[in-house]
Amino acid sequence: MELTNENVLGKIISEFGEENILEPYNPDGIMTITTNRETIHDLIKYLRDDKELQISFLTTMCGIHYPGQGDKEMCVMYQLHSLRHNYRIRIKVYRPASDPVLPTMTDLYATANWMEREAFDFYGFIFTGHPNLTRILNIEEMEYHPMLKQYPLEDQTREDKINTFFGR
Amino acid sequence: MATENKTAELTEIEQFRKDHGLSIKEERPLTTLNLGPTHPATHGIFQNILQMDGEVIVDAVPTIGYIHRAFEKIAERRPFYQITPLTDRMNYCSSPINNMGYHMTVEKLLGITVPKRAQYIRVIMMELARISDHLICNSILGVDSGAFTGFLYVMQEREHIYDIYEEVCGARLTTNMGRIGGMERDLSPKALHLIGEFLKRFPKVWAEFEKMLTRNRIFIDRTVGVGAISAERALSYGFTGPNLRATGVDYDVRVMNPYSSYDDFEFEIPVGSKGDTYDRYLVRNEEVWQSLKIIEQAYKNLPEGSYHADAPHYYLPPKQKVYTSMEALIYHFKIVMGEIDAPVGEVYHSVEGGNGELGFYLISDGGRTPYRLHFRRPCFIYYQSYTELIKGGQLADAILTLSSLNVIAGELDA
Repeated sequence: MELTNENVLGKIISEFGEENILEPYNPDGIMTITTNRETIHDLIKYLRDDKELQISFLTTMCGIHYPGQGDKEMCVMYQLHSLRHNYRIRIKVYRPASDPVLPTMTDLYATANWMEREAFDFYGFIFTGHPNLTRILNIEEMEYHPMLKQYPLEDQTREDKINTFFGR
Repeated sequence: MATENKTAELTEIEQFRKDHGLSIKEERPLTTLNLGPTHPATHGIFQNILQMDGEVIVDAVPTIGYIHRAFEKIAERRPFYQITPLTDRMNYCSSPINNMGYHMTVEKLLGITVPKRAQYIRVIMMELARISDHLICNSILGVDSGAFTGFLYVMQEREHIYDIYEEVCGARLTTNMGRIGGMERDLSPKALHLIGEFLKRFPKVWAEFEKMLTRNRIFIDRTVGVGAISAERALSYGFTGPNLRATGVDYDVRVMNPYSSYDDFEFEIPVGSKGDTYDRYLVRNEEVWQSLKIIEQAYKNLPEGSYHADAPHYYLPPKQKVYTSMEALIYHFKIVMGEIDAPVGEVYHSVEGGNGELGFYLISDGGRTPYRLHFRRPCFIYYQSYTELIKGGQLADAILTLSSLNVIAGELDA
């Protein structure tokens, strides 16, 4: 079966219902759908195990922060790839900042382990069921999640910090 | 460094010892060995705390992030032009691939079509970068297994590749090559001459290198069956590039989703079967030959035409015009100051980097900087399998496995 955005979307909607698969759009040829926390694990499992789809390669995953968006403040993006059909799909899950908790994908994909640790490290997402949800690139003692938009980069023109060796 | 003795009390470890034919009765103490962060054999800064039973590795805990420079955060404050130098510093063994991958992502967002000549020049530079990347990886693999000669032979050729970079963009290692919309300048007669010379000279050098290692008894003994991974596990771990192809999966972005006119060229995708260190070595070796083939084709059929797209809003005007015409001066100023807004959009573009699928996920909210730029770094994704690959092997094998995975610290930590 040739996978197209229409028939994949049709299959997903008939499996999970229209109330769980929201806002399909196509920004760059890769269909992007939004789903909720309850569905995401089953959806990724279904895409992986379905004989016709075989969307069984987790290409990448990352967090995105939209400050001041209420229930849609925190976003996790999963991008999957069917190597058999050369078909890509992107799935987003939005969470409020007060409850950034999602199920882990480590039981489906070994690679999700460090990707989820990265999303935890930089955005503070909690993945329930993750075997070792600790910081990965930043130091353990860090008290905040640095990719959140409320932490700006240091102002390059500040004058109170003088470094003898590197100028400024 | 710090070594401490610990008795094997974990049942998991006992189970492991049983699985690997080790005695579980005697309470032999395990040794904790700190491999890294600055160890001459790891070729980069990463730490592994190993639990050793004699020479056999029982468990490993990797620590990464020693050269994390927050590129994704910095990219949210930089205009699109100023992000290219950040990409140089990811996989610094093949920076042109990173640069051009990023440029192609932005071009996809802006909807710019690049002329054929620029695409061919890009292909030549990207394949040269792939050769220099694979050349380092395979020759270092030789060094780690005790053969220093090959490394010195081919290192000279890397210098010649860097001479070509220097002629094309002025820099050698962190190249910042090309522009959004094409190349910054055309290939000069000297650059063409250097590429031609390289194509003549390099095959002999590489054949000699292969002759030294490929059927070398010691090398085969050291690498066959070391650090092997099955295709299923490799896919689950998100392997891409030569490391995935060594397991027998023929996934290559250049063929699957051709970019920059890769579909114009004839080349083959080498695959291995066992996914061990030796197969990874063979796949990289063969890819060097295929890259040479691609460069030859692109060099011979280099089309005439412009070396950059006609996109005055995003492509820096020539300096001569900046000094003489007002429009060019305005565009120059706006581009350099980052005052040009990109359209709203969301794109993903991936290229076949030296180590696998190098992806750029870019969200633009219509401002002068990306709203979010995520790098899919192949090293970061497959390095997590390292623990699994070295368990049950010996320490010396772990070093070879690390070299053959070609983990580049800059790309791992970004």
